[in-house]
Amino acid sequence: MAVTTDGTEEQTDTSETAPKRRRMGRIAMAVSVFGELLITAGVVLGLFVVYSLWWTNVLADREAGEEADKVRDNWEAADSSPGALDTKDGIGFLHVPAMENGEVLVKKGTSADVLDGGVAGYYTSPVKATLPTSDKDGNFTLAAHRDGHGAKFHNIDKLEKGDPIVFETRDSWYVYKVYETLSETSKYNVKVLSSIPRESGKKKAGKYITLTTCTPVYTSRHRYIVWGELERVERVNAERTLPKELR
Amino acid sequence: MYGWIWRHLPGNVWVKALLSVVLTVAVVYVLFQYVFPWAEPLLPFNDVTVNDQ
Repeated sequence: MAVTTDGTEEQTDTSETAPKRRRMGRIAMAVSVFGELLITAGVVLGLFVVYSLWWTNVLADREAGEEADKVRDNWEAADSSPGALDTKDGIGFLHVPAMENGEVLVKKGTSADVLDGGVAGYYTSPVKATLPTSDKDGNFTLAAHRDGHGAKFHNIDKLEKGDPIVFETRDSWYVYKVYETLSETSKYNVKVLSSIPRESGKKKAGKYITLTTCTPVYTSRHRYIVWGELERVERVNAERTLPKELR
Repeated sequence: MYGWIWRHLPGNVWVKALLSVVLTVAVVYVLFQYVFPWAEPLLPFNDVTVNDQ
């Protein structure tokens, strides 16, 4: 706009004032370009928020949905062969009624590649998770996103002591009960992943589950931890009847 | 900047408007498809694991 005015003015101005006018015009133009760049930067940042909080969820939910279907198909197809655990596609589903987000596919690893697919990942480092299917005492440690990429643990703060966490595999329902939560800890606190998580007050070996995600929401400053202990294991029946916690 | 682009788009006002929309959509697509996925891991918003590094 300024440039157009400048251009028309230039033609009507006398030759004496023209150079001065032109310089002012340049400054005005620089200011207007700078302003437009600032507006552009603002719009781009706004779009980035839309991307992180909405679009990554769309993509991740789509991807996780497809993979979940694949896992369920595999379970059905492999019904006769005994417990071959396919860790590549996903080992099972996590159901947490208090989080009100349906089922969450669980896959191996906690790298961004895995977690960005809208799943929960079990730790392979720094402390290896003990899978419930191994039947050994230990800690089944999981991580998932709080926001974006499916935001599978977004409502982790809704979990209270006594709430059920159910892990579903092809053959079993592993029903855990939350016994302790830690609403804020350092991201370097790897002790929460120990096979006996002492910070949760446990001193004896047992079958534990640990959920980790970031807190407060929309940041990664701290970590939110929820611990549960295995209460019972139910065999999956032919109709895959849900355990009573999920009904 | 945007004035310059507008003046250099061919056609009448309607064609210019249509081209502007197409350009905007193209820019948003490039941002969502390439720029944001690249930038996101570099920003400290989405680390959810505990680790010793």
